[in-house]
Amino acid sequence: MPFIPHTEAETKAMLDTIGVDSIEQLFDEIPAELRTTKLNGIATALSEMEISRLMSERSEQDPHLQCFIGAGSYEHHIPAAVWELTTRGEFYSAYTPYQAEASQGTLQLLYEYQTMMAEIMLMDVSNASLYDGGSALAEAVLMAVRSQRKKTTKRVLMPRTVNPNYRRTVRSIVSSQNIELIELDYDKESGRIIIEDNLVDNNDISALIIPQPNFFGVIEEVDTLTNWAHEHNILVIGVVNPIAMQLLKAPGQWGEEGADIVCGEGQPLGIPLSSGGPYFGFMCCKEKLVRQMPGRIIGRTVDIEGKQGFSLTLQAREQHIRRSKATSNICTNQGLMVTAATIHMSLLGADGLARVAAASHKNTLSLISQLKKITGVKTVFNSPCFHESVLQISRPATTVLDELARHGILGGYDLGNDYPELGSAIMVCATETKTEADIAAYHSAMQIVMHEPAVASNDQ
Amino acid sequence: MLIFEHSIDQRRNPSQSPTEMADISDLPTSCLRDTPPNLPAVSEMQTVRHYTQLSQKNFSIDTQFYPLGSCTMKYNPRACNKLAMLPGLLRKHPLTPAQYNQGTLACFYELQEILKDVTGMKAVSLSPMAGAQGEFAGVAMIRAYHHARKDDGRSEILVPDAAHGTNPATAVMCGYTAREIPTDINGDVDLDALRAAVGPQTAGIMLTNPSTLGVFERKISEIATIIHAAGGLLYYDGANLNAILGKVKPGDMGFDVIHMNLHKTFSTPHGGGGPGAGPVGVSERLIPYLPVPMVDHDGRSYRLLTEMDCPASIGRLSAHMGNTGVLLRAYVYARLLGAEGMERVADYATLNANYMMARLKDKGFDMAYPERRATHEFILTLKRQAKELGVTAMDIAKRLLDYGVHAPTTYFPLLVPECFLIEPTETESKYELDAFVEAMAEILQECQRDAERVKAAPHTLPVRRLDDVRAARQLDLVWKNPTQAVSS
Repeated sequence: MPFIPHTEAETKAMLDTIGVDSIEQLFDEIPAELRTTKLNGIATALSEMEISRLMSERSEQDPHLQCFIGAGSYEHHIPAAVWELTTRGEFYSAYTPYQAEASQGTLQLLYEYQTMMAEIMLMDVSNASLYDGGSALAEAVLMAVRSQRKKTTKRVLMPRTVNPNYRRTVRSIVSSQNIELIELDYDKESGRIIIEDNLVDNNDISALIIPQPNFFGVIEEVDTLTNWAHEHNILVIGVVNPIAMQLLKAPGQWGEEGADIVCGEGQPLGIPLSSGGPYFGFMCCKEKLVRQMPGRIIGRTVDIEGKQGFSLTLQAREQHIRRSKATSNICTNQGLMVTAATIHMSLLGADGLARVAAASHKNTLSLISQLKKITGVKTVFNSPCFHESVLQISRPATTVLDELARHGILGGYDLGNDYPELGSAIMVCATETKTEADIAAYHSAMQIVMHEPAVASNDQ
Repeated sequence: MLIFEHSIDQRRNPSQSPTEMADISDLPTSCLRDTPPNLPAVSEMQTVRHYTQLSQKNFSIDTQFYPLGSCTMKYNPRACNKLAMLPGLLRKHPLTPAQYNQGTLACFYELQEILKDVTGMKAVSLSPMAGAQGEFAGVAMIRAYHHARKDDGRSEILVPDAAHGTNPATAVMCGYTAREIPTDINGDVDLDALRAAVGPQTAGIMLTNPSTLGVFERKISEIATIIHAAGGLLYYDGANLNAILGKVKPGDMGFDVIHMNLHKTFSTPHGGGGPGAGPVGVSERLIPYLPVPMVDHDGRSYRLLTEMDCPASIGRLSAHMGNTGVLLRAYVYARLLGAEGMERVADYATLNANYMMARLKDKGFDMAYPERRATHEFILTLKRQAKELGVTAMDIAKRLLDYGVHAPTTYFPLLVPECFLIEPTETESKYELDAFVEAMAEILQECQRDAERVKAAPHTLPVRRLDDVRAARQLDLVWKNPTQAVSS
């Protein structure tokens, strides 16, 4: 029997000990009229060999496309050691570390993770993870509103330069808590957030969300925005890319006082693209807000002999203690993903991560500069971007992307649904994984798709 | 030693990142950071050794019996991991057009169908990323249903007092107040109290069946009738689905919405605290509100249903399709079991629990509900031992660690004093169960002989009992480099 070790003799001995004749008898408290007759919609069991064959066919059945999409999920090299270690049974098959003495490995690793994230963001504290970037932003919004209880209304400024899928996630999660999400438009020239002067007339806004870089890849004026928010007693929620933060100013140093809460998608730190998950959300904050933070937090302490040890702390915030008064309903988080990210950050170090960030940025600039030489392709925003950019194209984006795919190129993300005002526009990204040849291949495919005669290199 | 304490300035792993630091002079200096983050600078081998050694400080299913009640710590088949991590699956960007991701979507579609069948629900959405998010989706759908009927006066969600903490926390996140319903002396919901609590303010009830007390809720049909008659809906917390797989379908018990914990019943790993997956299934009337995206199949190809296809949906709970890699593992597991294997899960999970309960009774331990059958788990109460011998359930739990067994769930559910919630799962053999029973018996003798030794446990683990009060009062959540602290 798959995954059930019992022999017939053992089963018989166990039934005798219980004092019943059959396993069936153990279900006699279930009312007979509720008993299921059969599972009709489920096929018969496959052996490991058969399922291996099926899965390997499915994993290879779609054409392999060279990926130039970012839009919140980024293809970066992941060192072999990351997942070799992460899938060790002692990490992979352990439970949430409630029994601290039997979980020091996971607990110490999470403490190291918290330290690394706080270092990258230059924030006081970090939690041990949330589900993903979008839901982490939703939790940050709830946290900001919770810690601004004196405000009469619950209003949060959510710019349109925030990832549209994050905005949808925030709406789904906070919708029943009477929180008003006010969308801020962006400047059509620069691609940055616009703050209108009349926004704060009644001085009752809880938080401003600042993406860095924003969804378009554009670098926001984080110092000005943070100072403006704090002048109006508004908390700042940064939503950032942890790879970009290796080079860009860390949220803890935005403006005079720094961001109050920082969250985002941890995927670029050693997590495969994998059709969107599992990834992990991170969250850091100022120390004064730590008791409002959702999710697990690990603390360093000592045992009865004075030896260093680690345990879950501030559990009075959490659902298993506080029940209906908890800061969130979150229980299981993304522990294994954080394990991978911690090992990834340790292997690359600050120097390696900065090289990844810089190479991704340089590759994207190289791609953009080549593509915009093609007639009918141009950049949209005039302000600096980081490792991602928006291109306007003279043919319909859906057609262009479809034709690029036939040349083996996943050419970008179509912005048509979320930003129709940009016309036919796509967002492209070339991380450090792309070679000059990959970028050249995209360029020549785009030339064909845009009906531009290809120029042989020896003609130049 | 922390990874940071292995760090030496300038040490790096050149093969793990681009060979050159690319020019970024196009970026204005005003937006750049002035100093790099203080991450460890260690060699690849130091990293591997450090984290391998850390892993060895953990208990895990792969190394120890882990009878953690309500958590279903069963063996996580290695094939599920290997096949979910095939390179062709891992490299798929989430925004890949569906036509180029048919292989993955086929697995998700079939998983939706499998979960529909085992739960008896009419439709399933896979996207919630853990049990608690599945609960959120479920209660949000209940809210959306009442709202669509302009029935907005309903303000309460009923929750049994034995429920998981996530239930009341979820009700509040969805804008409801949570009202507790007491349990009767046999472990069933107190029907008189339920009748008295139900009214026009009732939006629904959240129930786990088998309940967290390790017994089957026998009056479930009556409960369903009472709630439905009042216009409320029934929410099924699938935490304990392992006990009834192939035996009873929540849809047949009258539930309108259910979440499943794939990291329990479908054996995806717990990973030291996630990722999980909490798909939701619904009855006919809640179909329009299911969270997006979902996978649709027109007979030829698969596609994602999004907000545009499902305008009444409660929306999106993650940027994409949730914890897709977990879904793939659950899919592989389900195919390895097949229909016959699923029924066996409930059979042997239940056999193991009842066997352990019988043997522990024999050894002189008290059960919370001695007259009831155990389901896939059961509750033992150490109230008598605590009084007579001065040892607590926590002391015995910690002493079990010295015996190489992970402790059962302690002090949950809250209404049974000094309790252990014990769930062996179907993947453990009689030998492991017997070893646990013997360890418990020996510890009991030890309590009589030398209670102090038990109270000071554990003795053999990497650390002794930790000072949790200090952890909470003198918060130390991130490491500060002492050498830097001195210089600054």
